Amino acid sequence: MSALLSVENLGITFGGLRAVHDVSFSVKPGEILSVIGPNGAGKTTLFNMISGVYQPGSGKVVLEGQDVTGMRPDLLAHRGMSRTFQNLQIFQNMTVLENAIAGFHLTESGNLFADLLRLPGSRGRARTAHQGAMRLLERVGLEASAETNAGSLSYGKLKRLEIARALALSPKVLLLDEPAAGCNAVETEEIDQMIAEVAKSGVAILLVEHDMKMVMRISNHIVVLDHGEKIAEGDPATVSRDPAVIAAYLGTEAAEDADA
Amino acid sequence: MRLSHKTATLLVLIPLIVLAPIFFPSNFYYRVGSLIFINGLAVTGMVILIGYAGQISLGHAGFAGIGAYSCALMPVHWGIPPVAAAVLGAVISALLAWLVGRPILRLKGYYLAVATLGFGILVYMVLTNETWLTGGPDGMSVNDSGLRDMAEAVGIDLKNSQFWYWMCAIVLVIGVWLAMNLQDSPTGRALRAVHGSEVAARTVGVDVARYKLQAFVISAVYASVAGSMVALQNEFVTPDVAGYMHSIEWVTMTVLGGAGSVLGAIFGAAILTTLPQVLTAFAEYEQLLLGLIMMLVMIFMRDGLLPSIMRRIRGKDE
Ligand SMILES: Nc1ncnc2c1ncn2[C@@H]1O[C@H](COP(=O)(O)OP(=O)(O)OP(=O)(O)O)[C@@H](O)[C@H]1O
Ligand SMILES: [Mg+2]
Repeated sequence: MSALLSVENLGITFGGLRAVHDVSFSVKPGEILSVIGPNGAGKTTLFNMISGVYQPGSGKVVLEGQDVTGMRPDLLAHRGMSRTFQNLQIFQNMTVLENAIAGFHLTESGNLFADLLRLPGSRGRARTAHQGAMRLLERVGLEASAETNAGSLSYGKLKRLEIARALALSPKVLLLDEPAAGCNAVETEEIDQMIAEVAKSGVAILLVEHDMKMVMRISNHIVVLDHGEKIAEGDPATVSRDPAVIAAYLGTEAAEDADA
Repeated sequence: MRLSHKTATLLVLIPLIVLAPIFFPSNFYYRVGSLIFINGLAVTGMVILIGYAGQISLGHAGFAGIGAYSCALMPVHWGIPPVAAAVLGAVISALLAWLVGRPILRLKGYYLAVATLGFGILVYMVLTNETWLTGGPDGMSVNDSGLRDMAEAVGIDLKNSQFWYWMCAIVLVIGVWLAMNLQDSPTGRALRAVHGSEVAARTVGVDVARYKLQAFVISAVYASVAGSMVALQNEFVTPDVAGYMHSIEWVTMTVLGGAGSVLGAIFGAAILTTLPQVLTAFAEYEQLLLGLIMMLVMIFMRDGLLPSIMRRIRGKDE
């Protein structure tokens, strides 16, 4: 099968800092590709460029054979891209359920006048989105919190809410930036399983995650970044044996353990 | 079954409107009532802009000016009946909001505040300076809308102040009904998503610029209709209807009452419309007290009066 999303020589600099430089890779439908690397390696910046939040300084993003470099995130959403955020981007002014419903924006939104007058079409679309959102909340185990204000949820629950919201778009490619951060072992396991299921349904998944056990377990392919550059890639076994990776990544991991 | 937000809001608002006149000692109170409803209408529009979409405008009285002067000018120059002129005025306000909003809404926070303030002042200056058309600072009279005669023809014979109390109430309730429909609709959710997190709204597919513009245009229509109501009721307009103090008052009412809720904002409108009448007893201290009350509310009730009071009531229940 051909690549669903490919990234070609992508790069960006922030005031002289080469945050990402000349990074290329591609993902196929159903594949889980993990991007790993020490703190500040450029993983989130890479995601931001792919999802149109940042304009890449150089290189290309190709989605289903079409150049979508620097395209607006909402237009990318139309084309089947969806993502979560490392530093939670929850609609704090809404309930948990409304957050999930907001994920159905593309299928839910219609005509302003139908909404103002609450015409049957508007109500019908809203009802469908409501049902879909409830199913997703059940899937991530948040159905009991549906009517709570999103702002009052714990960090781990908000992470799952973001995943539910991202899944609501029925994406073809899903970017997950540290979905298991701040989650306990059980929650991590659940998220792990969910990601595998989503991939099995044919979604291409880009994953950034610091939990190495999780990464090694579920990734088909791993790209290693350090100081903005790709220093290695391959299947989990290859990457974990790579001396450059061990030096760059595992070295800092040991340092982090010492910090903690 | 839980009441929907909309039902709850209307169930509070309508009985209050209908029962309030029982306590009116004189016709003057009908006049204050209609003033509250007109401000309430403008402020309901501001809730859509501020509370739903999270944007600010310090220039919406400009649209009220357009609504008001449409009612004054169109009947004289084009022979359009005043009520139809109000509708046309709303259309013109919508178009203007659309034109002005496109460049302005790229701005955020205080930049947006200053730019909208500039727009409001611009409208005010035009209404004041184009004396040949608007009569300048002295204002101009507005033809009788004929609405009261029509009511009389179907057997509803009310004093002028009473008639406008009910007219403004009806328009307000329609405005509130629309705003509440919007809140819990796909568009309303998109607007509130923009408020909650622009970047997240984008990634779920919300065209942020388009939705901000929608909120701006809708709120401009509310302000325009409010301005038209002022003109039709008073049968006279001055540029003051577009004065930036009104814009600021509306934002204050919205935030003071509780920007997120229509009922809260109307509550804010009611308080800030009646308080000056009450405080006249304190003569020269009136403005001082008003300012002090506003400061205290914001310091101690950051979410606005109504949400804070509701929370306190609920808190005691639990
Ligand atoms: N908007 C920005 N402006 C300036 N510098 C930025 C910006 N975004 C990221 N950077 C810098 O780019 C580098 C890469 O940051 P990035 O957040 O992509 O790292 P990361 O790999 O996601 O790290 P972490 O594991 O901590 O999440 C960092 O040095 C960061 O300070
Ligand atoms: Mg990161």
